[in-house]
Amino acid sequence: MAKYLLLKHYRGGPAPVNEVPMDQWTPDEFEAHVQFMHDFAARLERTGEFVDGQALSPDGVWVRYDGEGRPPVTDGPFAETKDLIAGWYVIDVDSYERAIELAGELSAAPGAGGDPIHEWLEVRPFLAAPPTVIE
Amino acid sequence: MDDVELRELVPAVLSVLVRRGADFATAEDAVQEALIRALSAWEDDAPSDPEGWLIAVSWRAFIDMARSDAARRDREVRFGGDPPAGVAPCADDTLRLYFLCAHPDLTQSSAVALTLRAVGGLSTRQIAQAYLVPESTMAQRVSRAKRTVGRAGLDRPGDVRTVMRVLYLVFNEGYSGDVDLAAEAIRLARQLATLVDDPEVAGLLALMLLHHARRRSRTRAGGGIVPLAEQDRSLWDTGLIAEGVATLQAALAQDRRGEYQAQAAIAALHADASRFEDTDWVQILEWYDELLRFADTPIIRLNRAVAVGEADGAPAGLAALADVDQNIPRRDAVAAHLHERNGDLELAARLYASAARSAPNLAERDHQTRQAARLNQLLRHHR
Repeated sequence: MAKYLLLKHYRGGPAPVNEVPMDQWTPDEFEAHVQFMHDFAARLERTGEFVDGQALSPDGVWVRYDGEGRPPVTDGPFAETKDLIAGWYVIDVDSYERAIELAGELSAAPGAGGDPIHEWLEVRPFLAAPPTVIE
Repeated sequence: MDDVELRELVPAVLSVLVRRGADFATAEDAVQEALIRALSAWEDDAPSDPEGWLIAVSWRAFIDMARSDAARRDREVRFGGDPPAGVAPCADDTLRLYFLCAHPDLTQSSAVALTLRAVGGLSTRQIAQAYLVPESTMAQRVSRAKRTVGRAGLDRPGDVRTVMRVLYLVFNEGYSGDVDLAAEAIRLARQLATLVDDPEVAGLLALMLLHHARRRSRTRAGGGIVPLAEQDRSLWDTGLIAEGVATLQAALAQDRRGEYQAQAAIAALHADASRFEDTDWVQILEWYDELLRFADTPIIRLNRAVAVGEADGAPAGLAALADVDQNIPRRDAVAAHLHERNGDLELAARLYASAARSAPNLAERDHQTRQAARLNQLLRHHR
């Protein structure tokens, strides 16, 4: 088994095919989307591939150390940040192919007009613990 | 005897051990050990004196723990094997236990964890599941909390205010996993109300009961939020409402008012309306004004603006909103609602979308997005 992160971005990926902001969908289209996401998570749990799923608020700040005895420096939030993470699933699957397959299904979530959003999702393998046998 | 009835006995049992001279941290572990044994030993046949059984088994577990600890540190054990007789559970000791778990030296999360374990009798695993953190993290939080109160001791224990704040935090967490934190907070508030004669404790209990009574109507099947105006009031639990109202009336009769009683009074007025249109917003507004005298916070001012909007119309509500801090959560949502009622649908739709962006949780975000989508659909039809 290998773990993968399916990363969803508010901004930063290539433009999706069906790009209409959510608040411009009809309420029914929005319901269908929420239901799809709900079903997707439930299905991952049933297949024993779900590890974690979280959503992030778009607000965030940059923080860094500013020297002994000084409070950390914060910067932002930047309205123009190019890459903005919206949330993720962590899945534990048998193969890279399965991770790609699941990301493809998630990308088909319905949006405006009830059509798939074709949203770009980033798939990143976890760096796992070393295996027992390495020679 | 079920799990909840068993856990009812925990604070009394623990306070007996502490009064017999056991240190709080070890005694608490010993009571947890006894609880685990009780769950398997009592499966078929509960003892006639469950509390006595728990005290005896906890005491023996404590002695075992103290001995092995003493052996590790090469010290002598001061306690004998047989439980000293004559120490019976006592309400003051149990109350002191509540205070200790809400000690002012503890962080909020530590006080919550320690209260749920030492007073609530929940296991570390159950508390961890409820707060969605790893069990080892919660175990650390509990043991650090015990060290903190061990150092601080009982010289400066918390008081009933800090206990109420902890119980209110637990109540607001809602539930996930197999432990219903709202129900647990109500159980502990009920127990606290029997230990201390304070109308604010009764007010807190009433507030919890009245909110809990509406729980089934507050969410849709998929977890979506149903606003008060759209809730199916036939789903409200009339038994809990009656108990909440009676508890509140008894508290108010003592004529020592406070913020929990005022909040409970507002909840009671909502519960009293059989339809949303029947809500007595004028009285609710009076209670908000009273509430502001006890606690002038931006959240209360925000909620008051909603009440002003209902009692005196949307323009008055918007005027009240102008005094509310711009940066508090849900302000855009309230502004959107008031502007919608005032007929400015375009501004309202933009504010709902903004409220969705700054929503503190997913259910709220979905709800505000749904509101924006609803208005935008209306606006498209009108164009």
